[in-house]
Amino acid sequence: MRPVAYARATDAGAAIAFALADPQAEFIAGGTNVIDLMKDDVARPSTLVDITRLPLGGITSAASGIRIGALARMSEVADHPAVQANFPAVVQALNESASPQLRNMATIGGNVMQRTRCTYFRDVSQPCNKRAPGAGCAAIGGVNRMHSVIGTSPHCICAHASDLAVALVMSGATIHTRGAGGERSIPIEAFYLLPGTTPQRETVLERGELIEAIELPAGTPARRSVYLKVRDRRQYEFALVSVAAGLDVAGGMIRDARVALGGVAPKPWRAHDVEAHLIGKPANAQTYAAAAAYASAGMRGFGENDFKVPLAGRAVARALAMAEAVA
Amino acid sequence: MSASLPLVGAPNDRVDGRRKITGTAPYSAEYPLPGLVHAVMVTATIGKGRITSIDSRAAERVPGVVAIMTHENAPHVDQKPADEMAQELMLLQDDIVRYDRQPVAVAIADRFEHAVDAASRVIVHYAPEEPSIAFGRGERYAPKEVHGEPAAFSKGNPDAAIAASAVRLDNVYTTPVYHHNPMEPHATTAVWNSDGSLTVYDATQGVDTDARTYAHHFGLPVGQVHVISKFIGGGFGCKGTTWSHAVLSAMSAKLTGRPVKLVLTRPQMFSSVGFRPQTQQRVALGAERDGRLSGQIHTATTQTSTFAEFVEPSAMLSGVLYPPANFAMSHELVRLNTATPTFMRAPGESTGSFALESAMDELAVALALDPVELRLRNDVTADAHGLPFSSRSLRACLTQAADRFDWKRRTPQPGSMRTGDHLVGLGMAAATYPTNRSAASALVRIAADGSVTVQSAGVDIGTGAYTAFAGVAADLLGVPIANVRMELGDSSYPAAPVAGGSQLTASVGSAVKLAVLDARANLLALVANDPASPLHGVAADAIAMTNGGLFTAGGRGETYPAILTRHGLAALEGRADAQPGAEKKTYAMHAFGAHFVELHVDEALGTIHLQRIVSAFASGRILNAKTATSQYYGGITFGIGMALLEQTHFDDRTARIMNANLADYLVPTSADVPPIEVIIVPEEDTIVNEIGVKGIGEIGSVGVAAAIANAVYHATGRRIRDLPITPEKLLLT
Repeated sequence: MRPVAYARATDAGAAIAFALADPQAEFIAGGTNVIDLMKDDVARPSTLVDITRLPLGGITSAASGIRIGALARMSEVADHPAVQANFPAVVQALNESASPQLRNMATIGGNVMQRTRCTYFRDVSQPCNKRAPGAGCAAIGGVNRMHSVIGTSPHCICAHASDLAVALVMSGATIHTRGAGGERSIPIEAFYLLPGTTPQRETVLERGELIEAIELPAGTPARRSVYLKVRDRRQYEFALVSVAAGLDVAGGMIRDARVALGGVAPKPWRAHDVEAHLIGKPANAQTYAAAAAYASAGMRGFGENDFKVPLAGRAVARALAMAEAVA
Repeated sequence: MSASLPLVGAPNDRVDGRRKITGTAPYSAEYPLPGLVHAVMVTATIGKGRITSIDSRAAERVPGVVAIMTHENAPHVDQKPADEMAQELMLLQDDIVRYDRQPVAVAIADRFEHAVDAASRVIVHYAPEEPSIAFGRGERYAPKEVHGEPAAFSKGNPDAAIAASAVRLDNVYTTPVYHHNPMEPHATTAVWNSDGSLTVYDATQGVDTDARTYAHHFGLPVGQVHVISKFIGGGFGCKGTTWSHAVLSAMSAKLTGRPVKLVLTRPQMFSSVGFRPQTQQRVALGAERDGRLSGQIHTATTQTSTFAEFVEPSAMLSGVLYPPANFAMSHELVRLNTATPTFMRAPGESTGSFALESAMDELAVALALDPVELRLRNDVTADAHGLPFSSRSLRACLTQAADRFDWKRRTPQPGSMRTGDHLVGLGMAAATYPTNRSAASALVRIAADGSVTVQSAGVDIGTGAYTAFAGVAADLLGVPIANVRMELGDSSYPAAPVAGGSQLTASVGSAVKLAVLDARANLLALVANDPASPLHGVAADAIAMTNGGLFTAGGRGETYPAILTRHGLAALEGRADAQPGAEKKTYAMHAFGAHFVELHVDEALGTIHLQRIVSAFASGRILNAKTATSQYYGGITFGIGMALLEQTHFDDRTARIMNANLADYLVPTSADVPPIEVIIVPEEDTIVNEIGVKGIGEIGSVGVAAAIANAVYHATGRRIRDLPITPEKLLLT
């Protein structure tokens, strides 16, 4: 770890101005991700701009949905009664992330911004286009059991690490930001970028732009939802494949469905094809199996992670059955 | 007679528990010496090649930097190993890179943060060469010996016997590289004293072997090196020998003239301190219809480094568990561009039991015979060399654990047991581990105030040696354990071997017993001819050590303080050197055990959830039922990691380890460990050593992986012969 300056922002405008003035500055809230990356010499910020004193905490619930301040801690959100009542997949995704200690530190805004766990990205002796554009992607042909099977490019095959983001995509979340150009509201599916030829760009956030809140709209299938996380270890481990699934069932028929996957793509992956093959069908195992097959379609492994392709479909079918069982 | 030890000792609380809980037990990185500077290693980022240049200028400009030590300015030391057991170290004596993460420089600074910063700014230029890392493609050779034993042994005609058998199997089992990863990383604090002697606070399993290694590399008499290791946070074998960083720490102290502390980072724990090598094992079995083995072949191929030889003795246990008349075992090696492997908890038995006990399960399936019954039918009274066992309670372990587990409810057909969405699997395996001991010495000092101090150089690896030995002394002397002060982990104390091979308790415990008997003889000499003693004229064999003194069965006698005070003595000592006799030439000496595992398999997702484990062990006398049970729990948990989670991933193109951290190298969390029930099978063995102890540190982990793999087979009908058993192996095979 290298020397780093510390600045405490007193208001959002000052934080944004600081980051605009110093391109090497980085925001810090819970610090559970950026400090790790600094220890590995992957992140080398000149200054850490502490945003934890900004008035961006709290969770407010209304008929239209729930607004979660960017500085709300993961554990705080998971324990909130309105989130528990209306967004079970979000709660499960949070509780299956990291450890209690980390969930007490890490913020919601930081969680959706966390960097990939790709071990080549995290080892500065190895080539990585995300860390050093043009250097190459060592994960292709390397140790890639944890890597993506869809949405990849020849420049990057990393997997997105956030469980929460998968549940947020399924829930149709909107990310509210403030930056040099003022305020923006970004649907979460438009928030994340695929690597393409620019794996160093992971979101649409501009320099200095700050997440202020995440909004979860009411009235989606997310009320009857689950988060299924398939992993090697039962706790404190990233997903091999995860699925957030929500169903709106009436009279035994699926009126609406939302499905997103984690561990399979460089961003939380919405399974539109699966959803299309659920809506209007009877809510039963045959429907889930038939629709789930579309989750694996288009997926391609890179050797060690070939198993994720069949696993994705099986996990989707299981998650849908679990969602149906949610009262 | 003196007091005797119970077959299963009282469950005394840890005598060092309070110090550990309150953080006052000193570990090797916790000696705040005046003038101390901090050293951080820079390690290679290639698997093979040469250092063409090192640019230290930016690192030297970091504030507080005292020195950047590289092969260009390092003090000259003898890089060759100290002896056959010692590792070949990388001590910055040349520009050759032999493995990924080999030490190539050391940054030394006034503060840890400055040393870390400086280390990250050392720029090393390499001329890389293509490393040899693919195990399957490496050239195999036969080692001359395996840790002093023949690398191969055969008798009868196993090939012919197997070919003629009614039932035959011939399979290959593989295990990956595992890293020990104790919670406490290695740490060394080294101080050169004004008289030219060296003091080292070192995270080591053996202070005497450690001192000899330093003495060798620096050309010092061993008496000039003082090693202290009061507490270590686990070792599992990776602290059993002295590694490069430790000597580099002392070299850094020499270069700078300051006391130096060097603590390995977690990534450095993956290449600087050994590992369990990959194995590929062939097991061929032939049996008659009644299940009796007629022939057996166990061949183990394991890896070593390009510059040193370590053999994982995987096939050895085949000569112990059920060796038939026609038998062969052998070992071979492949050299790869990695660091040198080393001993890791149950070296040989851990990996070998996965192969043999999986094969036995496969044989039971082929015979349509219960796997417990198969093992009972193949129980033996002598090992492959014909040596009778000093004691062997495998049968009791198998039957007692099977009863407690309710094994009889198992229906043998794979996939025949279900609960909800899950397949239920019940599997079992046997365990064994050799009984080792080495020469050890101890001192017992009884003070006039009634307190007792016991000293030996042996190191408590974290499992309760302080408590066990204090208990031995207390029991034999007839004093409360609270009166005994146990002192360990200092090379100035009476000599002791490394805490490895499950030998420390047997070795030092025997020395403590003999030292107590020496003290008793000295006490008896005082009272025998003393008319003022109530024991004057009483026959020695009528006098017991009990109630804090010497007393007859009728209560005649006096306390130790009374004896010492009357004779004007501040203290009285007993000393002893205990050593193995010829028993190993005439007996096979081993502990035995059995594991029974119940697990659930999610068929669709390929995930395995352990439900419960029942294990029974017969390891001779147990000195402390509580710490022993905890040690068995720990061993079983170690086996769970081996079976389901742990493996080190190398990039085959570069020999770079790509999961050198505890986020990507998975060890079990508490959620992965099911309820475990341990049965201690009482076993008296008067042959193994003076206290009848067989050692328990390693056997707990032996056989766990096979029991789990066998349960997975029972649940799914899928035989996984390659560890760890991760979801893809159940999805794709």
